Amino acid sequence: MFKTLSLTAMLMLGVSTATFAQEPRSGGVLNFVAPYGASFATLDIHATPQTQDEFYGMAIHRSLYSWDSLKNEPALELATSVSVSDDGKVYTYKLRDNAFFHNGRKLSADDIIWSYKRLATPSNAFPGARYIADIAGADAFASGKATEISGLKKIDDLTLEITFTAPINPGFNLMRTNAAIYPADIGDKAATNPIGLGPFKFVEHVPGSRIVVEKFDKFYEQGKPYLDKVNIVIMEDSAARDVAFRNQEIDVTVLGPTQYVAYQGDAALSKNILEVAEGYTRNVGFNPNFAPFADKRVRQAINYAIDTKLIVERLAKNKAYRAVSWLPLSSPAYDTTAQPYAYDPEKAKALLAEAGFDKGFEFELTATQNESWGIPIVEAIIPMLAKVGVTVKAKPVEASVLSEVVPAGDFQAYMWSNNSGPDALAALQCFYSKTAQSACNYANYKNPEFDKLFEAAQVERDEAAKTELLKKANNFLQEEAPVWFFNYNKAVMAYQPWLHGLKPNATELALQDYEDIWIDETAPASRK
Amino acid sequence: MLRFIIRRILQAIPTVIAVALLIFVIFSVVPGSFTSSLIADGRSGSDPMLVERLNKEFGLDKSLPERFTAYVYDLARFDLGTSFRTREPVTDVIGARLWPSLKLAMAAMVFAVAFGVPLGFLAALKPGSILDTVTMIGAVSGLSLPQFWLGLLLMYLFALQLGWLPSFGYGDGGLRYLILPAITLGLTPLALLARTTRAGVLEVMNADFIRTAYSKGMSSGRVVRWHVTRNALVLIVTTIGLQFGSLMGQAVVIEKLFSWPGLGSLLVDSVALRDIPVVQGSILVIVLWFLLINTIVDVVYAAIDPRIKQD
Repeated sequence: MFKTLSLTAMLMLGVSTATFAQEPRSGGVLNFVAPYGASFATLDIHATPQTQDEFYGMAIHRSLYSWDSLKNEPALELATSVSVSDDGKVYTYKLRDNAFFHNGRKLSADDIIWSYKRLATPSNAFPGARYIADIAGADAFASGKATEISGLKKIDDLTLEITFTAPINPGFNLMRTNAAIYPADIGDKAATNPIGLGPFKFVEHVPGSRIVVEKFDKFYEQGKPYLDKVNIVIMEDSAARDVAFRNQEIDVTVLGPTQYVAYQGDAALSKNILEVAEGYTRNVGFNPNFAPFADKRVRQAINYAIDTKLIVERLAKNKAYRAVSWLPLSSPAYDTTAQPYAYDPEKAKALLAEAGFDKGFEFELTATQNESWGIPIVEAIIPMLAKVGVTVKAKPVEASVLSEVVPAGDFQAYMWSNNSGPDALAALQCFYSKTAQSACNYANYKNPEFDKLFEAAQVERDEAAKTELLKKANNFLQEEAPVWFFNYNKAVMAYQPWLHGLKPNATELALQDYEDIWIDETAPASRK
Repeated sequence: MLRFIIRRILQAIPTVIAVALLIFVIFSVVPGSFTSSLIADGRSGSDPMLVERLNKEFGLDKSLPERFTAYVYDLARFDLGTSFRTREPVTDVIGARLWPSLKLAMAAMVFAVAFGVPLGFLAALKPGSILDTVTMIGAVSGLSLPQFWLGLLLMYLFALQLGWLPSFGYGDGGLRYLILPAITLGLTPLALLARTTRAGVLEVMNADFIRTAYSKGMSSGRVVRWHVTRNALVLIVTTIGLQFGSLMGQAVVIEKLFSWPGLGSLLVDSVALRDIPVVQGSILVIVLWFLLINTIVDVVYAAIDPRIKQD
């Protein structure tokens, strides 16, 4: 916990000192980068299948909840208060009475009900449907057995009651940009003229190039947004981004391992770097149907046989935090007293011998070409495992092939970067025996002891006790080693010195609350 | 001439059909799917319900023969289908990217022709001269340099060091944004044109009819204008046509590097995300472009050399 706290503290100091020292300045133009593809898929935020579209979603739209990057938890966004029933299933929201859509109309409970029904409509096939699946009656609505979602009830224009199927924290799902609220009368214009409740309104989309948004004067947060305009420009190539950033054409850039080293070594650039332990765990998943991996000792042996620290230092260039178990540093259920597997080839050999593999064995490791969690890492692992008699055959595949063969169980071992936050319960559900391999239990892990801990956490209403149970489950997972715990992604963003208000968003660093960003007097004329 | 053009267009139709079918078959058998690409970044787990809904929505739950029949039927009506990713008609998705791609290809070709042909010509007129040596060294370098690296160098020099041009983007679509990607893309055809022009002109210069022309007392300028240029032109036009036709496909790397919103970057994204209708449509447009340029080249041939029309 100390590590997490100190990290957060450092980030807050690094990012926000200037913010507190100066009064936020209104005005200016932000050139923000969307680096995850060569285009935006669609202007309909409900329909989008990709993270890239969340860059404009954060500017134009708002959901019932949002992510509080500083507190590292979901927070109410479109409601001012919520009361929860004793069984933890019924939430009654008092909606903001000052939230307006960009068409000038005031938010009402009808808009939320309409938006969630739109998400759940099966013929729409929207990726965001999963985020409202926990609302009572969503299943019946989706299967055509009901014309309304029974768990959604309008009390009055500004009061909404939502009944969930279980006592969950709904914030994790309902904060998603994919679950944004549209005006109920938007009709079929969601994909051509996006209207939302966000701090900026849509101006222009040049396909494959940029989306431009401008300040919405009726945004509900007093005095915000500070910026007049945001150009969200598509820049996928990291080398090109580097040139554009140094040339001050863009205000932020996302750094890869090599650039991270270069920026750290530059006296000027190193002053404005934002880092956060994102909720992604890089790992090698073992298929228990492949005989050697059915034995826990073999899986542990692999964890002992790989010099993870060395790989993180030399190959990942320290742009990663060494993984201990599944849950990342930013998770409240991360155990700061737990130690990662030590590099101990002799112990690995002994465990292999104990498991009956003293002569070693051979396995195929399916991986993509990703520099941080793909073939380059596999190549580093091969000689390490060879030392303990295990032969690894690398099987390079494309990203969409990896994500096809793994859920289908068509592998011996795979290397991937998987989401492990921010909801610890959801993250650990991927190791629950009732979770299908085709969903996210990719290592097809089944253990009654783990299930017991997980189920106890599922029904626990006391947050502290729940966190403790999840911590135990996470530690149990480390001992069980269903995967090789490699690292947690350290997301790194460089920003121009005139930029303020960026936050260490552990869910995805590149996604920022634009309304809190401001530009000071030292910015070039083109940005002021 | 009109009959000649019509014949060329009719000859292109079987090629288009063959390419369209080939694309369908290839992308029906390659592993990976649109639904699997949705979780490729590991940000979320697989959602079997969504997979089922999407497969139904896009007809991916149907058998291969059924999908093939629907594809051919749609194609016959010039319907390229609906993009899995954007859920818009593929023609709209491609249409938005076509003009930037054409603009880039044309600008690159203008740059290549404007410099490549004169340099090759001048080098051939004075073989062994300093100009010839420098041009050929430049041409070999131009052919050898990876476009990606060259683009970065140009960015570094003209954007970062000199501050003359923007390093990326489409901006207002103006010339400032076009210059660097066009030069980067045009350098390879420029080098090839310079070499081809030099070789073509040299070959003509050594032909018997040129000697005859000189022996008849024609001036150098007249020989070059009337005999050398006309005879070397067929080879030069062939090279221009081949290069121009393939530029749209070659632009993939450049478009990615300069964040240029053309067809190439759309194609790469669509392949990675297995947005098959867009992949099919984009390749088809690139092939059509190639065939169009080739047809135009054939027409130009016929204008340069009437014997070709008779053939």
